[in-house]
Amino acid sequence: MLLRTRLHGKQYEFPDVRVLMGKANEEKSGDRLAGLAAETAAERAAARFVLAELPLWVLREQPAVPYEQDEVTRVIQDALDPVAYAELKDWSVGQLREWLLADTTTAAQISRAADGLTAEMISAVTKLMSNLDLIYAASKVRVSAHCNNTIGLAGRLSSRNQPNHPTDSLTGIRAELYEGLAYGSGDSVIGINPVDDSYSSVARLLEMTHAVIQQWQIPTQNCVLAHVTTQMKCLAAGAPAGLLFQSLAGSQRGNDSFGISVALLDEAQRLAQRHCFTPGPNYLYFETGQGSELSADAHHGWDQLTLEARCYGLARRYRPFQVNTVVGFIGPEYLYDARQIQRAGLEDHFMGKLSGLPMGVDACYTNHARADQNAIENLAVLLTAAGCNYFMGVPMGDDSMLSYQCTSYHDTAALRQLFGLRPAPEFERWLEDLGLMHAGRLTARAGDPSFFLRR
Amino acid sequence: MPEQPATDPQVSIDLPDPALKRPTLSHPADPAGLHALMAATPARIGVGRAGPRYTTAAQLLFQADHAMTQDTLLREVAPSLLAELALFSVATQVCGGKQEYLLRPDLGRKLSENAKEEIRARCPQRPAVQLVVGDGLSAAAVEANLRQILPVIRHGVLSAGLSFGVPFFVSHCRVGVMNDIGELLQPDVLILLIGERPGLGRAESLSAYMAWRPQAGDTDAQRDVLCNIFAGGTNPLEAGAYIVQLAQTMRAHQASGVALKLAT
Repeated sequence: MLLRTRLHGKQYEFPDVRVLMGKANEEKSGDRLAGLAAETAAERAAARFVLAELPLWVLREQPAVPYEQDEVTRVIQDALDPVAYAELKDWSVGQLREWLLADTTTAAQISRAADGLTAEMISAVTKLMSNLDLIYAASKVRVSAHCNNTIGLAGRLSSRNQPNHPTDSLTGIRAELYEGLAYGSGDSVIGINPVDDSYSSVARLLEMTHAVIQQWQIPTQNCVLAHVTTQMKCLAAGAPAGLLFQSLAGSQRGNDSFGISVALLDEAQRLAQRHCFTPGPNYLYFETGQGSELSADAHHGWDQLTLEARCYGLARRYRPFQVNTVVGFIGPEYLYDARQIQRAGLEDHFMGKLSGLPMGVDACYTNHARADQNAIENLAVLLTAAGCNYFMGVPMGDDSMLSYQCTSYHDTAALRQLFGLRPAPEFERWLEDLGLMHAGRLTARAGDPSFFLRR
Repeated sequence: MPEQPATDPQVSIDLPDPALKRPTLSHPADPAGLHALMAATPARIGVGRAGPRYTTAAQLLFQADHAMTQDTLLREVAPSLLAELALFSVATQVCGGKQEYLLRPDLGRKLSENAKEEIRARCPQRPAVQLVVGDGLSAAAVEANLRQILPVIRHGVLSAGLSFGVPFFVSHCRVGVMNDIGELLQPDVLILLIGERPGLGRAESLSAYMAWRPQAGDTDAQRDVLCNIFAGGTNPLEAGAYIVQLAQTMRAHQASGVALKLAT
């Protein structure tokens, strides 16, 4: 294989597709840590010229991890629609980019083409896209799903109510949950990250959130983001869960380190279909994030963007209700600053959409990254323009349990009013009936958690 | 231009510390209920709104807490504290300051050659317990807790009739540096006190990582950790006592981490 170009009088040659893919990436500290980043800005530009000419079939035949060695590769390759693939396999990566952006290419055509794309192709085209390219192409595609309500419809923006508490205190979590509901947050899910991953503690949180849902007749779903096996145990024992959650990695070795496998996720899905109290048919909730494979030494020498795309290829198998990247949570050794976090957020959202997933984003940062709340607010505005399904809602964006900052209850409210978007339709009616929202805007009584003390 | 300077406008701004937790939400439906809700969580609720955005007071307090955290991250542990506690100081292979420390976790896990030489020269080999202090991600955590926790551990270990190695400080250090120290000094139990990643406005949390005879290749599976050590979490005096107890348990079972869990 010859992968070579001249650029500004200098010759650049890349030994293989793996190296080419790493060097074509927008700068990320994680790719540098892995020794995959371009040495110079010019080398990065040269890699993109070469990548743009690469036919898509080459990327299918050279997955990040061989088919025989990795079940994530097998899931992605086996699910490929041969007819859709045949139509585009001879396109170059550069052609795919222009086709996605063309005014004549419709959302329906993109969804159909997505059935013929592997994760490596999706990653490759992403490397050729500017930020506005990513926003524009993603905005064409809407992916909707249904559990107890409907997420991802056009003109809608949802919010996960994330009332985490440093000791899993029921009264503390309920207090934050009320604050969020009072701002119209909770239509994506009432989802808690538990401190204590034990069965009894997780079951207790499911019971409490379900009781609030019942008491106030909230058209939403609950979820406790413990390890999937703990949630499965809760479901089997009759605890009321609306969605099942798990973090995913883009390689089998990465998923080993998370204690999961395709067989386990298949079983989780069957259990959810049988035991969740919600009507479905979309029962799963996944989180991902660039860099997690490298941190588990499970990246097989590939760049973090490609591994992330493979997470989406795996997620697609389960027709989930929602998927979000937790971009920026992993720390500055993978995404150094606001610029890298912003770029990765736009990339992940685009790649998820192109994989046919109902994508949200946890736009966030840790305190040792060079970022602040302004950066996250900017990213949320860009993602809303890109048609993102949902954001996290945390009291003022300051998570008192996970010690990171993300988007707030206020942020989704502001983004809805800024862009003329509404909550999920069932949830909007519920807010209207309670008098917390009118014609898509918060009413005078909204924003007061003590409103929910009357029942 | 007026000939006289403008008269002093009758404005006087002299503010108390805003960190006190009180609602910035006006006209709650249930004021007593709101106080109870706010008392139930450290999260920023009852904050109210200006349209769909934050009230000014709530926003400024958030920014102030973020500022405090950022200032902490860029700071090194005060040399005067190390001198006061008679800790000598060595470095990891990070030599490019805080930025390199953040970008290269691999370098923060390895002692520099100078550090190895100095430790060899100043510390006796094979103590029962070796204590090491690292800055990690928060100098403030070390400064807030070390004066209290260090004497408790030293006294506890000596009272138990165990040898206590010469403690020292490692700058720009990650938890994985324990393996290098274990290889060098071969203590039975190694304790690393290290500053945690700061939360918003909360930079004082220290962690204690402990391992039985740490060596190259060890991971978190071979370690035990006590986190959230600070006056508002696990009190440093109590934490010190617990650490001594755990060190004795490790010696009794000759194990730490997962292996210790299985043994006890």
